[in-house]
Amino acid sequence: MPTTPSSSGASSRSATRILSGLLEARTGQILSESRAWRMETALKPVLRAHGLADMDMLAARLVSQKDVALENAVVNALLNNESSFFRDLQIFDMIQRHILPQFHAQRHDRTLRIWSAGCSTGQEAYSIAIQICNDMARWRGWRIEILATDISTTAIEQARAGLFNQMDVQRGLAVGDLIKWFEPSGDDWSAHPALRQMIDFRTDNLFDARAPVGEYDLLLCRNVLLYFTPERRQNVLRLLARHSHARSVLLLGAGETVIGQSDDFIPHAEFRGGYGRRPEGAAQAEGPVRRAL
Amino acid sequence: MKNCLVVDDSKVIRKVARHILESLDLSVTEAVDGQDALAQCEAAVPDVVLLDWNMPVMSGMEFLQALPGANLAARPKIIFCTTENGISHIKAAVEAGADEYVMKPFDRDTLESKLSIVGVI
Repeated sequence: MPTTPSSSGASSRSATRILSGLLEARTGQILSESRAWRMETALKPVLRAHGLADMDMLAARLVSQKDVALENAVVNALLNNESSFFRDLQIFDMIQRHILPQFHAQRHDRTLRIWSAGCSTGQEAYSIAIQICNDMARWRGWRIEILATDISTTAIEQARAGLFNQMDVQRGLAVGDLIKWFEPSGDDWSAHPALRQMIDFRTDNLFDARAPVGEYDLLLCRNVLLYFTPERRQNVLRLLARHSHARSVLLLGAGETVIGQSDDFIPHAEFRGGYGRRPEGAAQAEGPVRRAL
Repeated sequence: MKNCLVVDDSKVIRKVARHILESLDLSVTEAVDGQDALAQCEAAVPDVVLLDWNMPVMSGMEFLQALPGANLAARPKIIFCTTENGISHIKAAVEAGADEYVMKPFDRDTLESKLSIVGVI
């Protein structure tokens, strides 16, 4: 049923419910209070592009007719694609100084497999690729596979293009790496083809994952779980467990944990803030995690 | 508390930078050009210098080139902070000894990130 624009400019609660419901159904993400108030701002480009006056009209359009393109546009706009190069520098320092060298020593088949799950616009995957390329003497002759997945089609398109604006390249990226691995492209900066070729960027949903194949040595799923319900977090952690092996290292975002949410992972004995697989038959410190329906 | 010397001939830029740097728990001193900055560094070496490129009397690049010959107790970290955003300028600054490079306009996240990279915060 068509809706008239709200006179106040603010959206109705039902519109907010419909739009956040769409986001949850498609991505599993819950729109927290802190993000809900930004909904209208985030959706302004979508409203403009589709000639809709406000969020009530947008919600009405979504309810009254199946419009996959519009649904995709709404979901992409509502996803938080915030990312930066070498986000949490200490984590990347640990990856470079300890985690990657350990895999180098352990992997006798000279294969290194990394999965950046929920990669947004790709800065995390590019950061790892830069670390490996900066240490090429160590990795020469190795097969390096970096899979980077995100549910946002627009984020993956940007990641794949490897184009970043001036603000992006200044957040976290050292000037030496900027000079070495990026070149100006109009107002933007373009990632070196060697980096882009290392990373397989795929649009993929963590609740119906098709992109990951086999087991990965290093799994990064940082600042992703915080958007999910506890049940969905458990589902994602089970997925990550299925694609890990006994010596894999899982890294989550600051403030995210496996504790109480996974039977498969435990805090890593060596890498502070990292998680490893629970050894087969090892006793659980806490009761088993309640299985999600 | 670590100290940052902000070198810029623009009072507005110095004020904005001071506001951000103080919010990052750094103490801030100011210089209006390279010569002023050099004199201040000889008096008391800051932990880091946030350095504009184009300034009267002595430019940021001239300051950087004069630094090795100056009588300093230690070498401060140098972060260029300039509107000269071309790759040739960035390379020239790094070759001259700059530790980091900030392209104007900048924000708090950018400065925080660069200060973290050079190990000041």
